[in-house]
Amino acid sequence: MGRVEGKVAFITGAARGQGRSHALRLAQEGADIIAIDIAEPVAGMDRYYHGATAEDLAETVRQIEALDRRIVAKKADVRDFGALKAALDEGVAELGHVDIVSANAGVFAFGEQSQDVSDAEWDMVNDINAKGVWHTAKAVIPHLIAQGTGGSIILTSSTAGLKGTPNVMPYTASKHAVVGIMRTLALELAPHSIRVNTVHPTGVGTDMILNEATFKLFLPDVEHPTKEQAAPIFASTNALPVPWVEPVDISNAVLFLASDEARYITGTELKIDAGYTIK
Amino acid sequence: MGRVEGKVAFITGAARGQGRSHAIRLAQEGADIIAIDICEPLSENTYPPATEEDLAETVRQVEALDRRIVATKADVRDFAQLKAAVDEGVAQLGRLDIVSANAGIGGTPHKSEDIPEEEWKNMVDINLSGVWRTAKAAIPHIKAGGRGGSIILTSSDAGLFAYENISHYVSAKHGVVGLMRTLALELAPDFIRVNSIHPTTVNTLMVQNEGTYKLFRPDLENPTQEDFAAAAVQMNALPIPWVEPVDISNAVLFFASDESRYVTGVPLAVDAGAAVK
Repeated sequence: MGRVEGKVAFITGAARGQGRSHALRLAQEGADIIAIDIAEPVAGMDRYYHGATAEDLAETVRQIEALDRRIVAKKADVRDFGALKAALDEGVAELGHVDIVSANAGVFAFGEQSQDVSDAEWDMVNDINAKGVWHTAKAVIPHLIAQGTGGSIILTSSTAGLKGTPNVMPYTASKHAVVGIMRTLALELAPHSIRVNTVHPTGVGTDMILNEATFKLFLPDVEHPTKEQAAPIFASTNALPVPWVEPVDISNAVLFLASDEARYITGTELKIDAGYTIK
Repeated sequence: MGRVEGKVAFITGAARGQGRSHAIRLAQEGADIIAIDICEPLSENTYPPATEEDLAETVRQVEALDRRIVATKADVRDFAQLKAAVDEGVAQLGRLDIVSANAGIGGTPHKSEDIPEEEWKNMVDINLSGVWRTAKAAIPHIKAGGRGGSIILTSSDAGLFAYENISHYVSAKHGVVGLMRTLALELAPDFIRVNSIHPTTVNTLMVQNEGTYKLFRPDLENPTQEDFAAAAVQMNALPIPWVEPVDISNAVLFFASDESRYVTGVPLAVDAGAAVK
C-alpha cells in the first residue's frame, strides 16, 4: 500500500528537475499524475539556463507509465490561467479527481543589484513564480472544494522565501510572496480540510543551478567556473557539509506533506535546506 | 523494508502518550528502542502520573512488533540516571541513531506574577534542561557511530507563540527552539540533524484533564471535555479540537528517516494551523 495510494497529484513544471522527481516519487507511492510544463524556452531566461522541452515532458510520461501509474501531461504556461485550467480540467476528467497539488514551476534569474533590474525581468520572474502559483491554486481549489474530501497543496518556495539574497531580488521577492499565498490559502481552505504548506529548498542539483551562469554568481572573477569549483562555495552556505541537495530530497518532503501522515499539518514552512537559513 | 530499519531510537517520556506512540511508530518501521520515563508522580501536574506499569506496556507493545527495547526508569532532571540508561541501551542494542526528547510536563496555570518559584524551576528543569541533558547523554554515542543521526526535540505551539497563564511552559518551550537551532549548527559537521516539533493540543492525558479544561475555559466552574473541545477547535484553523499522538509520531518518523537527510534546524508545526491562524 503506497503512502498516497489512489490519490491524484497535479504538478506544475513537471518536465524535468524537481517537478519530474515529485511526479516519480508520488507515483512510486501510488498516485496518478496530472503534469504540466511550459516545455519551451521562456523569453528572458536564455541568458541563465535552457528551458525544459516537450521531449523532457515526454520522458516524465514514460517514467510514470513505467511505474504502472496513469499520467495526463499537457504543455501549459502557469502565466496563462486559461491554458492551466484547461489542462487541469482535462486531467481531472480523465483521472477522476485531484487530491494533491505541487505548485513547483519556477524560474531562477539573478545577477544584478536591485536598482539595475529591468521591469521586464521583474515581471517575468514574478509572473511565473508568484502569479503562476496563485493561478495553480485558483485552478485547483474549485475541484478540491467540490470533491469535499480535503486535499494537500504544496507550494515550492525557497530559502530565498525566508531570507534576503543579494543580487537575486525579483526571485527573492517572488519566493517570499509564495509564503504569503500559502498562509492565506491555509486559512481560507482549512474549513474544507484542505491543507496548504510550503517547501523551502536550499540549492538543488538540477539544471536551474548547475549551470555556468549560476556558478558565476558565486565565482564572479572566474571566466568559466566549473561545478567542482563552485561546490565548496555552495557548501559553505549550508550548515550540513553538502553543496546542494538532490531533487528526491524535496520530493520526500512533498510526499510527506501530500500523505495523510501530515493530515493535520497546515500553514507550515518546511525547509529542506541543509541548515542554510539557521547558519 | 521499514523507513528506519536497523536504527536505534532513544525516547524520553516513553511510558505512555506521545512517547509510547513514537516508540511504536518507529518500531513499526524497523527501529529498536531505548525508552526511559520517570514513572512517578510530579506535584506540579494536575493529571495522573505515568507508572511503571505504563512503561511495561510500552515494552510489551514494542516487543509484540518483534523489535527490541531497553526500558529504564529515569528522570530527565538527573543527568547521571539519563546517561546510565542511554549507555546501557547502546551497550545492548549496539548503536544510537535517533533521539526523541519528548519528556515534558504541562504544569499548573497561573498568572506569571503568581507562579511559585519551585514550579517555575521544575518546569524549566524538565521541559528545557531535560531536553538539553537528553541531547548531552546521546550526542557522544551518535558521534561515535560516525553515521550521522537525527535528534528531534518536542517543543509545542507554545514554543512559537504565547498562551496566557502558562508563561513557565511557554518560556521552556521557546527555549527548546534556541537549543534546537544551536545544536543543529554544532552537530551539522557530523551529519547529525536537529529539528523541533510543535504540536497543537494532542489527545493524551497531559491535555485531557481538568487542569487543561480550566486553562481553556476559565469562564466555567467545571468545564467538561466537550467544553474544552469547543474552545480548542477555535484555536486551530482545521476544524478539529486536537490531533492524535500518531500525528506527532509521523512527523518524528519523517525527521528520523533518511527521507529528511538534509533537513536540519527546522521547527515543524503539527498544529492544525494554530500558528498560522
